[in-house]
Amino acid sequence: MTLLLLAEQVLNGLQFGVMLFLMSAGLTLVFGVMGLINLAHGSLYMIGAFAAAAVAAATGSFLLALAAALAAAAAAGALVEVIVIRRLYDRDHLDQVLATFALILIFSEGTRWLFGSFPLYLDTPGWLSGPVALPGGIQYPAYRLALIVVGLAIAGGLGLLIAKTRLGIRIRAGEADREMTAALGIDIRRLYTVVFALGAGLAGLAGAMVGAIQSVQVGMGEPVLILAFVVIVIGGIGSIRGALIGALLVGLTDTLGGLFLPRLFALVMEPSAAASAGSALASMLIYILMAAVLIFRPTGLYGAEA
Amino acid sequence: MSREGWFNLALAGLLVAFPLAAQAMDEPFLVTLATRAVILALAGVGLNLALGLGGLVSLGHAAFFGIGGYAMGILASHAQGYTPLAEWPLLIEGTKSMPVIWLVAVATSGLAALAIGALSLRTSGVYFIMITLAFGQMFFYFAISWPAYGGEDGLSIYVRNGFPGVNTLVPLPFYGLCLAVLALALMLCWQIARSPFGLALNAARQSAKRAETVGLSPYRLRLAAFTLSGAITGLAGALHADLNRFVSPAMLSWQTSGEIIVFVILGGTARLFGPVAGAGVFVALEHLLGELSDFWHIWLGLLLLAVVLFARGGVVGLVCGERRHG
Repeated sequence: MTLLLLAEQVLNGLQFGVMLFLMSAGLTLVFGVMGLINLAHGSLYMIGAFAAAAVAAATGSFLLALAAALAAAAAAGALVEVIVIRRLYDRDHLDQVLATFALILIFSEGTRWLFGSFPLYLDTPGWLSGPVALPGGIQYPAYRLALIVVGLAIAGGLGLLIAKTRLGIRIRAGEADREMTAALGIDIRRLYTVVFALGAGLAGLAGAMVGAIQSVQVGMGEPVLILAFVVIVIGGIGSIRGALIGALLVGLTDTLGGLFLPRLFALVMEPSAAASAGSALASMLIYILMAAVLIFRPTGLYGAEA
Repeated sequence: MSREGWFNLALAGLLVAFPLAAQAMDEPFLVTLATRAVILALAGVGLNLALGLGGLVSLGHAAFFGIGGYAMGILASHAQGYTPLAEWPLLIEGTKSMPVIWLVAVATSGLAALAIGALSLRTSGVYFIMITLAFGQMFFYFAISWPAYGGEDGLSIYVRNGFPGVNTLVPLPFYGLCLAVLALALMLCWQIARSPFGLALNAARQSAKRAETVGLSPYRLRLAAFTLSGAITGLAGALHADLNRFVSPAMLSWQTSGEIIVFVILGGTARLFGPVAGAGVFVALEHLLGELSDFWHIWLGLLLLAVVLFARGGVVGLVCGERRHG
């Protein structure tokens, strides 16, 4: 194996991780601030991708498509928060799981009804289609590199938003003590809607950006949602920094595991058996990572002690 | 007898009368539909033990359902291909005998539940939900990427497996067999709920701290309940695979986990017959709404949302009134 292949796979892992972060950030914020487990977060990811595909097909502009994804997912998030989610904050987790599971059914079938069962395609924009040469002679697709840069920029921006701005201070206050924050004259209901829409927008953006390298189809959100859960469990619920570290760990483990395990097994087995055993184990690797973190730190790497 | 008692009796009567009536009207398809409802009810009864009695919201029960299914698929496919499962260290042959398959399904899914439970129960609340979901997904991806037993395509068998003294190829006797298994599982759960173990588990659900101060170990109680719960759901998986003569990774998917929870909630959490009512309503809706529209999941979703937001006791709760204690 060449060093070049390794570098390329590390970049792929980073790209995967950064997109997972955009998903996990919203989930972990919503859980941290409102104490809500939201299974329908994957549907918002899907809504973003579909909105982007529709707008790109109509206007031909990728940037407009991204803006539409962000707006559509945030609007859908705000709407769902006001109509349904708001009633769930005081309920136990079981009710939250069920109601958001019901939302998945409604969103998925509704999208299938509107757009049909066939996957849509969203093309990467022309100005990002070629490869770029990186130092060390690595040729890497410009679009994927852009995803990494955009994702990391959003992660930084989100960190600043939480740490420095008035909204961020309110979010942290709401996380620490709901009643006290409300007593200080902050409209906590509106704050919750804003936080939910923010998380939804990030998920929609991720859906649109990933939709350009994969196909846009009904049910695309849930596998990513479950990976985002793994990320949050590893990073610790409610922690943005934990979500970033967890997302990068999961992204790199998954990508590099798929690369190395079959080769590792090939040292002791015949090639075909090694390929199947290696890929089977590689598909389980991130869950093994999660189990390992759980054994040593049941509340995740950056989670508060229970 | 309480209202719930009468309701349960009526439901049990319906379970016996419906397929007989369907048979008399020469509608074998309805018998198969009822068989599906009974098997899904069994899966729900398994989950209800963890969810209702133990308060453990597991979103990973598809793992046990699927493991039971694959236990049937793997054993039967080896038997029909006349290839042994293993030759070393000892010769293991496949089998087409239901009792053996059930035993293997219960043992393997119980073991998986023990392992998943031992790790997941170190946490609680929302972590537990996410972790069980993730472990379920782990088995799903493993089944897809492991090519020996069909991978993504799944595994089908030619003829339904046999049970001594019952012609399982005919819909009605097979229904009877499944109903008998469900009845046994319901009896077991009823006994467990009244046993010292069940009472202790209930206490641990209401307050882990108080249970601990009287010398109980919530972790151990929950692990035992989770294991038993997984084993019962695994048995349902073996029956479900036998009903369709087919097992595929879809049985292990997260949607299956969600649906098993839906049976329990739609019926009424922690009610003995809740999963039976829930699975019955689910299969009926699937059949009736599915005929009306290709997009029946929208209606299911809206109904579920309404049940969660407005009718928290499920079907049994609607008919029999609210529970006295929770």
